[in-house]
Parts: sequence; C-alpha cells; structure tokens
Amino acid sequence: MASEKGVMLLDFWVSPFGQRARIALAEKGVEYEYKEENLRDKSELLLKSNPIHKKIPVLIHDGKPICESLIIVQYIDETWSDKAPLLPSDPYQRAQARFWADFVDKKVFECGGKLWKLKGEEQEAAKTEMIEILQILEAQLGDKKYFGGDIFGFVDVAFVPFTSWFYSYETCANFSVEEVAPKIVKWAKRCMERESVEKTLPDPKKVYEFVRYLKKRFGIE
Amino acid sequence: MAGSGNSEVKLLGAWASPYVARARIALNLKEVQYEFLEEQFGTKSELLLKSNPIYKKIPVLIHDDKPICESLIIVQYIDEVWVSSGPALMPADAYDRALHRFWAVYIDDKFVPALFGMMRAPTEEAKAESKEQALASLQLLEEAFGKISKGKPFFGGDTIGYLDVALGAFVGWMKAFEEMNGFKLLDDAKTPLLCAWAENFCNNEVVGAVIPETAKLVELAKVMQARFKSAPPAN
Repeated sequence: MASEKGVMLLDFWVSPFGQRARIALAEKGVEYEYKEENLRDKSELLLKSNPIHKKIPVLIHDGKPICESLIIVQYIDETWSDKAPLLPSDPYQRAQARFWADFVDKKVFECGGKLWKLKGEEQEAAKTEMIEILQILEAQLGDKKYFGGDIFGFVDVAFVPFTSWFYSYETCANFSVEEVAPKIVKWAKRCMERESVEKTLPDPKKVYEFVRYLKKRFGIE
Repeated sequence: MAGSGNSEVKLLGAWASPYVARARIALNLKEVQYEFLEEQFGTKSELLLKSNPIYKKIPVLIHDDKPICESLIIVQYIDEVWVSSGPALMPADAYDRALHRFWAVYIDDKFVPALFGMMRAPTEEAKAESKEQALASLQLLEEAFGKISKGKPFFGGDTIGYLDVALGAFVGWMKAFEEMNGFKLLDDAKTPLLCAWAENFCNNEVVGAVIPETAKLVELAKVMQARFKSAPPAN
C-alpha cells in the first residue's frame, strides 16, 4: 500500500463501532479524511485494508490499516497521547476499563439486534436481557460523572454510540431505558454536552428509520 | 523477585484451561510468585463467584485482593505491573501493538471456537466445518507470523510476546486434537513457520512447565466428549 501520509477512516454513518473511532479522533483533535462505505458494495480500499473481516471501521494511518473499533481507539489513544487520555495510567484501572469496554462489546450490540429482529416470547427474553445489561452498566457507573470517573474515557467511548439506539430499542421492544437505568440516561446527556459526541452521534429518530429500513429488507414486521 | 515483595498474587484456574495457561505463562515469564488455586471441574468456588460475578469464569487474577478477569486483559495487566521484570510482552510500537491485539482477538473469535468445535460439534458435517475453519485460521496466522516476526523466532521478535502467549497457550490442545483426530493442525508443508514457532515456544522453560501433557488432555477430552454425547444440547 502506498505510504500516503495522513489519517483516513473507512466507516458507515450509523455504525456505533465507527462512531467510537470518530469520537476518539475528535477528542484528540486529529484531522482525518472520512470515507463513507456502501456496505452492499464495499470499496477496493476496504477489502484491501481489512481482508480478514471486510468490515468497517478501518483506520488508515500513513498507509497502514488498523481494524476492530476498540483496537483502533487504543491505537488513537497511544499515538496521540499528548491530549485527552482515554485510558487511565494505573494498570488496575486500565484492566477495569478494558473489561467493561469488552463487556459492552460482548453484550450490547447483539442483544440490541435481537430487540428489533425478534418477536413475541423471544423478544421478551431479549428485553429482559437488555434491561439486565443496562442495570449492570448503571451499577458500574454509579454516581460518577463518566465511566472513567471525572475523565471521559475508554468505556464512555465504547458505550456512548449505543445511546442513539436507545429510542429504537425502546420502540421495538416497548420499554423505557430511563425507567430501568435513569443514571445511564443522565450520563448519556452529559456525554452529549461534549462536542466530540454531539457532532458524531446521529439523531435517534434517524437511527430508528434505519432500523425500520433493515426490518423491511429482512422481511421482519 | 519481581515487583513489590509483599504483594499477594493468586490465580484462580484449572490445569487444563488454555485461557488459564495464558495467565500462568505471563506470570512465569515475569517471575511473579503466585498461589495457584485450582477450581474443581464442574463446580465454581465462592471466591470465583465473588471475584468474577459477571462471567463466573476462570482465569481470575487476584492481586492484593483486587480481581482482574479475562485472560487477554490479565496478560496485559501482568505486563504493565511487572514492567521491570524481563522483556516487555507488548511491542513498543503502537502499530505493532494493534497488530498483536488484532490477531489475539481473531484467535479468540475464530480459531478457538473452531478448534473446540471439532470436539463439541454434534454432527460429522459440523465437525468437518470446524476442522476447515481451524485449518483456514492457522493458514492466516502463518501469514501473519511471517509479517509480524520479521524473521525472528516469535511474534514478539527475539523474545516471547503477547501474541505468542495468546496462541501458544493452545498448543497443548492442538497436539491433543491432532492425536485424537489423526491429522495435523500444524503441518510442515502448510504452516512451516508456525511449526518452528510452536517448537521454540514449548522449548522455553517457563512455558514447558505450564502446557499440560498431550496424553492427559486426550484423556480429559474423551471424558468431556462422553459428557457432551450424553447431555442434552448446550446451555
């Protein structure tokens, strides 16, 4: 690959994984070129940059590709380390941050998907699961300003993109995030006061439109 | 002795678990003294349930009463705490770190399920699929090794690194499956670099002490397979 200087992000507007990278780059004040991918017609560059998974996001820094959103965020944090540290310096705190970001990865997206893909009893089960996940995260947040404490950190970046999906989860599965996890909702509002988050996250209504489009495409109603 | 002389390190684990092996190899490489608390197969101790309430799984590292869970997170923690003991497990360069992390995640998401799929799969067809996936994964890892090692014996270069630990902990089980199934996972013809790597890895003193004997794993696998056959489909 040609060693072009600079930073490029291959992404898809509604992807919470891509948004993690965008928020991290914004927190660090890094200038980059954003390239929107058509996931039904992936570009040569995407296929060449992520031949293993063929997925977005991919960060390309000086011609070298980095894949997997949480790995990208750590790379951004380590490379542009002069500003806005996302991971704490203490090893135990770092381990905790990695654990909870990984928890978000393992649980939220898949369960969220079940909420709009399934119906009836299966959907009810997924709803119970999602409420449990939100309450576990709420317990972890506690009364802190952010998951990172006073500092907007790795876990905040990992989880905040899913907040624009709350409206879709609530509407499809008929429950209220505010009722089951009020601290999470307040935390989400605090995050939206940050420019990096406010400029990156899509309107929840637009996310819901996208979910409805997916439901049509997959013949779910 | 490495680290603070008074710090107390415990590892909750099981002799056969490759995830636990990752933690043990890392602790041994860093010359950390620790107490190994063996969980009994089929039960979970109070301490485990208290230390890892979310997943209730081993390994759990307990350092001065503070638990750390998830094997890859534990390995990074060990590398960061006992930083002055022995060579670093994580590469110095941020891009190389991203590569090590990428392939470690790949091993967990793609290779390991395929590897154990060969034992757990309910049908011959599913078993064959797992075998294909396992072999394909190793082919990709062979290519990755070529690029990352840059002609040196390990993913970490001259010394064992994070990615070596991530994959190497599974060598015991790979040998067990080779013996049970009568075919090679690591093949001199198809994955020559990984064959040499596996030998170098296992020849390391601290690693050799951790990887279980192939015969013992084969015996355990047969017990587990019998359980899978008699038990109703998974939990």
